[in-house]
Amino acid sequence: MSQYILRRLMIAIPSLLGISVVLFVVLALAPGDPFSELATNPNVPPEVQAALRAKFGLDDPIYLRYLHWITAMAHGDWGFSFVSRVDVDTLILQRLPTTLYVVGSSQLLALLIAIPVGVYAATRPYSLFDQLANTFAFIGFSLPTFFTGILFILVFSVKLDWLPFVYTSVPGSGIPWLLEMIRQAIMPVMVLGLFQAASMTRFVRSAMLDVIRLDYVTTARAKGLGQAKVIVKHVMRNAMIPVVTLIALQMPAVFGGAIVTEQIFRIPGIGSLLISSILANDTPVVMAVTFVFACLVVLFNLIADVLYGWLDPRISFR
Amino acid sequence: MISAVLLLLLIAAVVIGPFIWRVSISDIDVVAGLQGPSLAHPFGTDDLGQDLLARMIYGGRISLAVGLAAMLVSVFVGTLIGALAGMSRGALGYALMWLTDLFLSLPQLPLLLMLIYLFRDGLKAMFGPEGGIFILIVLVIGGLRWMPVARLVRAQFLSLREKEFVEAARALGASPVRQVVRHILPNALGPVIIAGTIDVAAAIIAESTLSFLGLGFPPDTPTWGRILYDAKDFLDIGPHWALFPGGAIFIAVVAINFIGDGLRDALDARKVI
Repeated sequence: MSQYILRRLMIAIPSLLGISVVLFVVLALAPGDPFSELATNPNVPPEVQAALRAKFGLDDPIYLRYLHWITAMAHGDWGFSFVSRVDVDTLILQRLPTTLYVVGSSQLLALLIAIPVGVYAATRPYSLFDQLANTFAFIGFSLPTFFTGILFILVFSVKLDWLPFVYTSVPGSGIPWLLEMIRQAIMPVMVLGLFQAASMTRFVRSAMLDVIRLDYVTTARAKGLGQAKVIVKHVMRNAMIPVVTLIALQMPAVFGGAIVTEQIFRIPGIGSLLISSILANDTPVVMAVTFVFACLVVLFNLIADVLYGWLDPRISFR
Repeated sequence: MISAVLLLLLIAAVVIGPFIWRVSISDIDVVAGLQGPSLAHPFGTDDLGQDLLARMIYGGRISLAVGLAAMLVSVFVGTLIGALAGMSRGALGYALMWLTDLFLSLPQLPLLLMLIYLFRDGLKAMFGPEGGIFILIVLVIGGLRWMPVARLVRAQFLSLREKEFVEAARALGASPVRQVVRHILPNALGPVIIAGTIDVAAAIIAESTLSFLGLGFPPDTPTWGRILYDAKDFLDIGPHWALFPGGAIFIAVVAINFIGDGLRDALDARKVI
């Protein structure tokens, strides 16, 4: 097992490097120059400009600049935000926990909805419950997150006035503060979680249907095991294997949804940091946040691979 | 069936709409601002008193055009890469599949935002504000969604290229290009059509998301996502403003997804139970 995890890690690192190459090439190909403002500034003599360019290595060939950049990133030197005048890594570390908290709890919610609904629907295919679940799942993943977010605000904040629609992060402690924190997270987590639950329900249902017809399930039933035991211990464990992969493949979409949700509810996470830096032309932050998102996606893929090995031990011996 | 009719109605509305509903999209009438639906303005007005029906017809043209064009890009790129990977027996196939997997693990939306951020100004200077953004959005959305198509095409090619009829064509001296274009590709098209249909919906969502984040088309171009973005600060006084464009996006996406699902049932022999 540990060998398998190590092997997966060896696959994850090249793909992370590949992503960093893609990001860097995109940045290098883009028109515009970080020193374009200097070039138009008459107070900066051309010699100083040339010296600055040489100092920051802007005239080096692209592979040298890439090596330079990637070693700096690996050393934790992520640059300096043009706008807020702090190091990029402190800025990101400040905001990352909020994003992970919202994304994590919405994934949890999605699993809590999708697994029971998908399993129950698969045990009674084409029943009324199954058809209802299917229809709702279909509607659920066709509704873009920004529209559900707006609908939720409209219903729960404007009409019913139950929940706040702006996320605040005042530090504090005690039970009332905790309740307030939970209350304001309900809507974003619901929006993201329901969107995820919709596609997950379909995955779970079709994976269960594939397994439930296999002979070993019939054998388990013939031995006289109860329905619940057959479903949970025999069918579900094997049905979850493809579901894990599909969920891992969904991770980029999850983080995309998180950006939108953070923007709607004004959650101070890295998604809204990305948007505000783009609007403020803050290139170092944009690069770093995009790279952090890439790292998160790769990390979750790695976790999925490890889970995969645990669910299906045959894989780790290949 | 219902969804096909619904989608056709929607397309007809945005194509023929401007000839029937001859209200300008940019007539400002602040006095009539933020009105709910009425006879003069069936979908109400926004904060500047601009007619929402006219704006939505105009925006629908862009949203649907972006969806279709981005789908064509992604299907083209996906088919090309999938076909190359499926036909090659050497390192090229592995390299292309590695590239596909790499693209699959890219964080799409952040990358999309970064690309738009970096290339916006350059293209705007070249093709004008609307044309430049249109080309950029279509290329970027299409360029980040070709991976499922490539995988499908490769899988189809791997099984089809060993079939007898392809072997017969090869024995008759058909060039590899002819084998692919005349014999393999037409047989591999079914899943590609399904994936393409779903890609249209995904591209419409992607475009609306960009516009909703304020990073899509310029502010005076009312795409559905852009109208929703403008409306989100007036939810308490003008909810109709957000509901109509959001509803339009939802109907378009649901209809396209249902059509894709129906096509899958029709084209795919492998049916679940």
